[in-house]
Order: sequence, then structure tokens, then C-alpha cells
Amino acid sequence: MTPPVAAHAPATPRLVRSLIGKKVIMAITGVILLLFVIAHLLGNLKVFQGAEHFNAYAEGLRTLGAPFFPRGSLLWVARVVLLVAVGAHIWAAIVVTRASWGARPVGYHALEAVETTYAARTMRWGGVIIVLYVIYHLLDFTFGRVNPSFVPGDVYHNVIASFRAWPVSAGYGVAMVVVGLHVYHGLWSAFQTLGLNRPPTVRWRRGVAGMVAGLITAGYIAIPVAVLAGVLR
Amino acid sequence: MELRSKVPSGPLAEQWERHRAEIKLVNPANKLKHRIIVVGSGLAGASAAASLAELGYNVSCFCFQDSARRAHSIAAQGGINAAKNYQNDGDSVFRLFYDTVKGGDFRAREANVYRLAQISVNIIDQCVAQGVPFAREYGGLLANRSFGGVQVSRTFYARGQTGQQLLLGAYQALSRQIGLSKVTMYPRSEMLDLVVVDGRARGIIVRDLVSGRVSAHGGDAVVLATGGYSNVYYLSTNAKGCNVTAIWRAHKRGAAFANPCFTQIHPTCIPVTGHHQAKLTLMSESLRNDGRIWVPRRKGDTRSPNEIPDDERDYYLERLYPSYGNLAPRDIASRRAKEVCDEGRGVGPGGHGVYLDFRDAIARLGREVIAERYGNLFEMYQRITAENPFAAPMRIYPAPHYTMGGLWVDYNLMTTIDGLYAIGEANYSDHGANRLGASALMQGLADGYFILPYTIGDYLAQVKLDQLDTAHPAFRRTQAEVSDRVNKLVAAGGRKSVDAFHRELGRLLWDNCGMSRAAAGLQEARDRICVLREEFWRDVYVGGTGEDFNQTLEHAGRVADFLEFAELMCHDALHREESCGCHFREEYQTPEGEAKRDDARFGYVAAWEFAGVGVAPVLHREPLEFATVHPAQRSYT
Amino acid sequence: MKVTLHVWRQAGPAAPGRFVRYDMTDVSPDMSFLEMLDVLNQQLIARREEPIAFDHDCREGICGACGMVINGRPHGPQRATTACQLHMRTFPDGAELWIEPWRARAFPLIKDLVVDRGALDRIVQAGGFITVRTGSAPEANAIPVPKRDADLAMDAAACIGCGACVAACPNASAMLFVAAKVSHLGLLPQGQPERSTRVANLVAQMDAEGFGACTNHGECMAACPKEISIDFIARLNRDYIKAAISHEG
Repeated sequence: MTPPVAAHAPATPRLVRSLIGKKVIMAITGVILLLFVIAHLLGNLKVFQGAEHFNAYAEGLRTLGAPFFPRGSLLWVARVVLLVAVGAHIWAAIVVTRASWGARPVGYHALEAVETTYAARTMRWGGVIIVLYVIYHLLDFTFGRVNPSFVPGDVYHNVIASFRAWPVSAGYGVAMVVVGLHVYHGLWSAFQTLGLNRPPTVRWRRGVAGMVAGLITAGYIAIPVAVLAGVLR
Repeated sequence: MELRSKVPSGPLAEQWERHRAEIKLVNPANKLKHRIIVVGSGLAGASAAASLAELGYNVSCFCFQDSARRAHSIAAQGGINAAKNYQNDGDSVFRLFYDTVKGGDFRAREANVYRLAQISVNIIDQCVAQGVPFAREYGGLLANRSFGGVQVSRTFYARGQTGQQLLLGAYQALSRQIGLSKVTMYPRSEMLDLVVVDGRARGIIVRDLVSGRVSAHGGDAVVLATGGYSNVYYLSTNAKGCNVTAIWRAHKRGAAFANPCFTQIHPTCIPVTGHHQAKLTLMSESLRNDGRIWVPRRKGDTRSPNEIPDDERDYYLERLYPSYGNLAPRDIASRRAKEVCDEGRGVGPGGHGVYLDFRDAIARLGREVIAERYGNLFEMYQRITAENPFAAPMRIYPAPHYTMGGLWVDYNLMTTIDGLYAIGEANYSDHGANRLGASALMQGLADGYFILPYTIGDYLAQVKLDQLDTAHPAFRRTQAEVSDRVNKLVAAGGRKSVDAFHRELGRLLWDNCGMSRAAAGLQEARDRICVLREEFWRDVYVGGTGEDFNQTLEHAGRVADFLEFAELMCHDALHREESCGCHFREEYQTPEGEAKRDDARFGYVAAWEFAGVGVAPVLHREPLEFATVHPAQRSYT
Repeated sequence: MKVTLHVWRQAGPAAPGRFVRYDMTDVSPDMSFLEMLDVLNQQLIARREEPIAFDHDCREGICGACGMVINGRPHGPQRATTACQLHMRTFPDGAELWIEPWRARAFPLIKDLVVDRGALDRIVQAGGFITVRTGSAPEANAIPVPKRDADLAMDAAACIGCGACVAACPNASAMLFVAAKVSHLGLLPQGQPERSTRVANLVAQMDAEGFGACTNHGECMAACPKEISIDFIARLNRDYIKAAISHEG
């Protein structure tokens, strides 16, 4: 005998409570973080214009919106938005992951991967790696705790100082590949989760995701490579 | 036993309307007090259960599958007929009625068939409203195709999965009622007996296939929608679980069984490949729209089909039936295939096959059009045979597919037991001695959606039923009998497997009560069935226990019933000394080899009353009167 | 041909399960996979051992009853094919095959390879239908449906409810099943009045059954015997978001 339907006619969709809702949160916060990553990259690339430009850009971030906004205020707004986005992204990821792990208490002898990608399968641990990387990154360039010769305000110097050590550069490189994979699957997933698949979108979703991810990885890696190659000094 | 057909008086076209106006209604408040048991969740069962629940009745619905959605109606491929005349090709209710009566070789009840044709149009409306994604034309209106045995395009279809889509429509309607708690669904539950109290059907005994628990369920009426019995042949196009048990048990409790020997052998199935074969696969009859059927002219021609030039091919259906050609009705197409194979002109391993060739259609319409029309069927064929139908013709051979016979029912679909109804393939009604393509879905849904929900009220409104619970002695007795039988099967410590008995029975029937039948063979088969049945109970091995999930035990119970039923089938085939539709008695044929009916002696429905296992059943005749159509030698030439 | 099977045997939901090895000789390449299991079961019965329980019925790839994971692939390695339609010629002679049931919390095991997929039925019961009372339907051709929509609806409606999508999903998610039902009915004009309540109810029931979340691996689509596309999952998400926003707005 069939047991009665458990949730009887909850005709109101409860976006946040549902697993789909969690995915929507991940998609939206993911897109916010992606926009940050892109903006950050564009800023970073100014390093190729020389110390003066680069340091001016860093200072410019603090005086954004001046004179209307006090120094550093918009930067803090951005930081708060990012922190909330990161928090929500991770929270949703944990809930979704726990649901999925709980959904298969007895595993398979083997489950062959057919359609999925390396990027998709490494989302969870990739996310953890990215968190660790971000912590290191902040300690390196924002707080200067792990930077070999941190000079507050001289961002250009700090970057060169850090990347001159090849293990640091290599670590950054690896982290950027992980970010690229995360962005690739994340962006294409966001299209899917937000239901953006109408023609012609459906045809270029994967391509766009791949291109964005590739450019991000290449752009970020270009800096340590340039430092090690002596182009930036 | 008395057969009262209860056909309303008056002109054919007005009978159903008049009947509906005259039958008694159950008032809405009283409907809530009735419980109706529906066994089976295919097109007929699901549509009936859903419609009854919509009316307010409480329904208990049982199926042996793990979900109502898996009933074998799901496998119907081709389509469903309706007299919509959307193609403007001269179709009408009367023409559909006429085609069906003629296709059935004048062995169906006129009034029922006319009603079926009338209702056909409502079915399409109902299914479209439920969201059945029928094929459409570019203008957004419904598309049609043609099917065997008719000259108009009246078949509605959803790719090659029409049965699936119609069943999902009914399943969804049923699911809605389950969600509303109007229907209690019992999946993985098999009906093993009928409970009759004071001559009325009041409940069933059911075995839960997971726990093995045998339980009794009471109600005010019982509806059997348990499908056909083609699996009596072991190899058939039916699902492995299809069986005769429910209707056979009802028969043993007093329901007359009508025309059991009317079994349809479908012409377009994939031939047998080896002794391991567990079932046969049907290729939709719609393939005959564009495929041409042929065999080599010469016996024992072993050349590959593409090397045989046109003038050495025998397109025998086109030769024998110029006006219908490859779209000749199923019984005829099957018999002719057997004939050419028996002549030694069959193709493929063992010579049990004929070609179904798309070469000309591909040349005429292009590969894309053929792929669009039959792509999924071609893929299925290739998966099973590893041969590509685009490159070489398909090989096909007839296989048991549908059973026109079933429980005898009156115009209200009630059997000879009061309060026991049979709908869909489980009853004998509308197809006579041969069913036309795309008519089974029509009948199942007509019975379930539009006929039974009205007619059952007529009974419930008039009858005074005592309150019963399952502690009643009749329930206890029947339940004990069922448990005993289950225990007996489990305890049987013989040497032969259930499967071996089933195969042997199937072979016996296929050889002697299949596409062509003769008195001597039928007599011999009948005797051998009795012997086999005795051997079964003496020497079968089931194993396991009755208290858990035991698929061998399920099968054993079904085979035990097939072994009793098969005898009745042969008995019926032997008694019907004429050929009609699917029932081809070698002694009765025209010089051209067509079926030769004997309306004077056999223009009736043979309804058999059970008299005991191994005892000759009692024949009751329902004379068939044709007031509107005039039975003639069926001609498709 | 010869094959070596490792079949998951488990007497009941509470009993411990394990793989049992069976060596088969004389397997015909023309056998279907289930026919091969039939032959094995006959051998087991002859040896007075308990046959392997597995669900099956139509054996034509349409009822959705059969389902087992064969070497890590639901329904085996052949594209768009159910286990009953898979033929032994797909495997090389001497192949070693691991056969397991669908594994998901929402599909409790009954015996050996048989699981209870009632969760899928309950999802449909929660709203996977168009409410239409028998007899109340308008004339079938009264509402034209563009061929494109009807065809797309049919693509989704082809779902046989076998559960391979859940079995294949690394997260044991039922999104493809739900997406197929939501899309089938949501694409047709007849399904519009209940479109947002339907998607809300189906998703709520899906979550209540304990299925995992979709993380867009696409394994469901690869395992689906009817090749139902994950594009329908995007459609489900869109419908769900829309329903949520329009309800709250």
C-alpha cells in the first residue's frame, strides 16, 4: 500500500527551504563572486603598467566615490557584500553537499563517470582549496603576515616580493587552475540553475563558461609568470 | 446460469444515450459510502479507478507491478482509433463501428461496438485535456495515420509510444485521486481469489508480493481490469507478469468465460532467436504502412535479401489482397506468413520469418522521412537483432499478442456474477474474433472512463448490500483456501522448474491452438494439458518461502492457473467447428484458404461455465443478432 | 561466450548484502541481459539455490520495471537502452560484470536487485497531473498546440520512471525525473493553469523523499534510456523560480 503523500499540497514554493533554492543562492552568490574575480583581475593587470599606475589604482579603490563617500567606505561596502556572498555560497554548498551525501547511504562498488567533467567532480574540494587559498592570499597581500617584505601601501612591491619566490608563484598558479575549473563548472551550472537555457543561450552556455574560466586563469597566472620571467621587477 | 445481455431496445445509434438516461443513479452522499475494488492499473483499470474516485466512490486499486504506471498497456506502440474524421476522408462513427464488427469477423455484439465507436471521440478529447502529447501537424492540430484493416486515417498516435502516453494520462489522473486519498493504491499486490457472498462479488483475496502476507479486502463491487492471457503461450508480446489468474479465479467462482480460443497472433514481431528466449517483441503494425512484406519465390533461397531481384520476390499480401495489400488485417497477415513459411519459403534462422522491406519507401520518401516516422522502431529492431533495417529488410514473424476472449459481460460490463465487472482486455466484448489495430487502447479507455463509471451506479443504486467485514466466513474461507494453495506450492518438492512447465505448455498450445487448429491436434493438446497439470502438482519445484519476495512462487501460481485455463481454451477451439477471424480451423476454409464462417451453427458467443478442474465445462450461448450490418464473407481483396 | 558475474545478494532490507560470484558458460550473444539472468536463475533453481530477485516486466524497454547497475552504469554500457534491451553481444567474451541495485536512500532495497521506487509515484501524486474530470474535456482540436511544443513535451513525456537518473547521479538526485514531468505538462497549453502549483508541489515532495541536489553533472542524461535532456532541468529551475517570485510578489 502506498503511504500517503507526505507534504500535502504546500502550494507555495519555498525557495530558500528547497534544495533548488539553495542552488539558486549558490548561483547568484557565485555570479557576484565571479564579477569580483573579473574586476579584481582587471585591476591586477594594471601591474603591467608599472608601479606607479598599479599603486595609484590600489589607492583609487580606497578613495572610490570621493569626495561624496568617505575614504574606504565603498571598499567596505564591497567587502561586506563579498563576505555575505562567500558566507551564503559556502553555507548553501554545505547544505547541498550534506543532502547529497545523505541521499546515498550505501555506495556503489563502482559508478562510472560518463557525462560529467573533472571540473564538476572537483567542485567541493576545489571550493575548500579556494577558501584556503583566499586565506593565504589575504595574509600575503592584505595583512602582509606571510609576505617576505611587506610594505603597506606599496602594493606593486608586495606583489613582486611574494612572486619572486617560485613556490609561492607555483602555489598561486595551481590555485588559479582550481579557480578556473570552479568558475567553468560554476558558471555553466549557474545558467542551468537559474534556468537560462532558452535558445540561443543553450548553445553557447558551455562555451562562454569555458572562455571566461580560461581567461581568468590565464590572466591571473600571467602575473607570477611575468615576475619569475623578470618582465616585472 | 443465464446470459442476459441487457442491450437496450431501440435504434442502434440511440441505445447508449437512452440507456444512460434510464439507468439508476447513486446520490452523491451515498457514493461516499461505497467502496469499489479495482484490480489492475492499466488503461482500463487506472481510468476506471480515477473516474470512480472523481465521482465520489472510495476505491481500492491493486496491481502486481511495483507502480501503477508499469501496467502492460504501456507497451502499446501504434495508436488509438477515433471516429473524429479530422482527415475528411469519409470516416464516421458508423464506419468505425462497421470496420470493427467486420474486422472481428462478425463475432462481437453490435450494440457494444457501436457504443465503442461513439465514445471513441470523447476519449481523444479527454486524453488531450490530460496532456497526452499526441502527434500534431504544423498548424497545431492533431495528426492521424492509417492502420491495418481500414481505409481511412483515424489513428491518433504519440510517436511509437501511444500506449505509454495514454497510460501516463490515466496514471496521472489516478495519482491525483491517490493524493486526495480517494483511491488507496496497493502496488506489488496480486489478486489470488474472488470472494462471493450470497451470489454477489464482495471482495478479493490478495497476496502482498513483498511480505507474502495474504489478506482480504471487502467492497461493494469488484472490477477486474487484469488484461489478457497471451502468456499462456509462454512466448508472447505480453509483459512477463501478464497472467490469467484474476479472471480465471473469478471464472471458478461463477463468472462465465467467453470465447477463450480467440487469441490474436500479431504478424509483425521479431522472430525467435534461441531457446533462451523469454518473450517476443512486437514491432508496431504501423510499419506496414510503408514496409512491404515478401518472401523469395523459390523454396530454400539462401541469398541475402538485397541480392534477390524483384521478379524473384513474392509480395504475397499485395498479390492476394490488392486493395488492402500490406495493410490486411492481423489474422490474415499472420496466417499468410505462417503459410509461406510452412511452404519452406521462410527466411532467417529456422525459416520462421518473412521480410518487411523499406527499400522502396526509402527510395520514394527518403531516409529522413522514414527515420522520422519509424526511427525508434528501427533502433529497437537493431538493438535486438544487430541488423540495420535501413540496409537490409527486417525479418518478422507472428507472435501471440492479444486475447479477444475473456470474461463474458453484459452491456453494463457486468459478468455473470452480480457486482463483478470486467473491463478492457479482461472481458471478451468488442473485438469479436479478431481485433483491429489501435482498437485495444480505445476499448480499454472507453470501458474505464466512460462506460463502467455509469453502469456500476445502476447496480449499486438498486442492490441492497449488507454491511460486511472481512471476518465474514466467506472471506475467511476463501483466504484460507488461498493460503493453502500458496503453501502447497512452496512445499512442492519436485524436480522440474516452474519455467519448464510453462514452456512446455506454451509449446503445446502454439503448435495446436495457435495460428491454425485442427480437431485431432486440439484433442491431443487437451489430453496432454491434463497430464502436464497433474505432473505439475506432483513434480514442480518452487523453493524459498511464502513469507517474502519470491518471484518463482508468483510465477508458479500463474502457471498453475494457465494449466487449468489452457484446457478450456482447447475445449472452446474444438467446439467451434468453423473458422472465424483468428480462429482458423483447418477443416473449415474456402478454396482460397480464407476463414469459412458458419453463422447458422456458430453465430454466437460461447460462454463457458466452470464445472470443476478436469471436468467438461458447460456451454451457454449468447446468440449474436445483426440488425444493422449483414455478416458476409470478409473480403480484403 | 563466457561471463563472470558478481551479483549483489541481499535477502532483505535489514539483512547484510554482499557480492556473489557466478561463472556462466554458454551464454549466447543474442540473449538479452535479463535472459542471461533468467538462465542463471534456472541454474540456481536446479541447484536448489535461491534465484536472484530482479524487477522486470515488459522486456521491451518501456515499462521501466527493470533496472540494475552493470559495471558502474545504470542499465549497462549501451546508450539509450534499458537492461532488458541490452544484449550480451555488447560485452566481450570473458567479460567480468558487477551487478548492483539502484542505490539511494529514497529507494529502499527490498531484495537482491529489487528496490522500492514508490518515491517517484508519490512525487506524481503530489501534483504531476493536469486536473481534468472525466467527461469535462473540450473538443480535442479546440486548442491548437504548436508542433514544436508538442514534440518537446513528448521528449519529456517519454520518461519511463525507471529511476536510472537517480541511480546514475553522484548525488542521487531525482531532478531529471521531476523536470521531465514538469516540462511535459508545462509545455502544453492544457497544463498552464496549474503550472506554478505543480512545480511547487513536485519539488517539495522530491525534497521530502530524501533525494540529493542537482549539481549539474549530467550523468542522469547519459544513463536515461529515453535520453531525456538536462535542458529540462533548467526549465524546471526556471519554472520553480518564477513560481516562487510570482507567489511572493
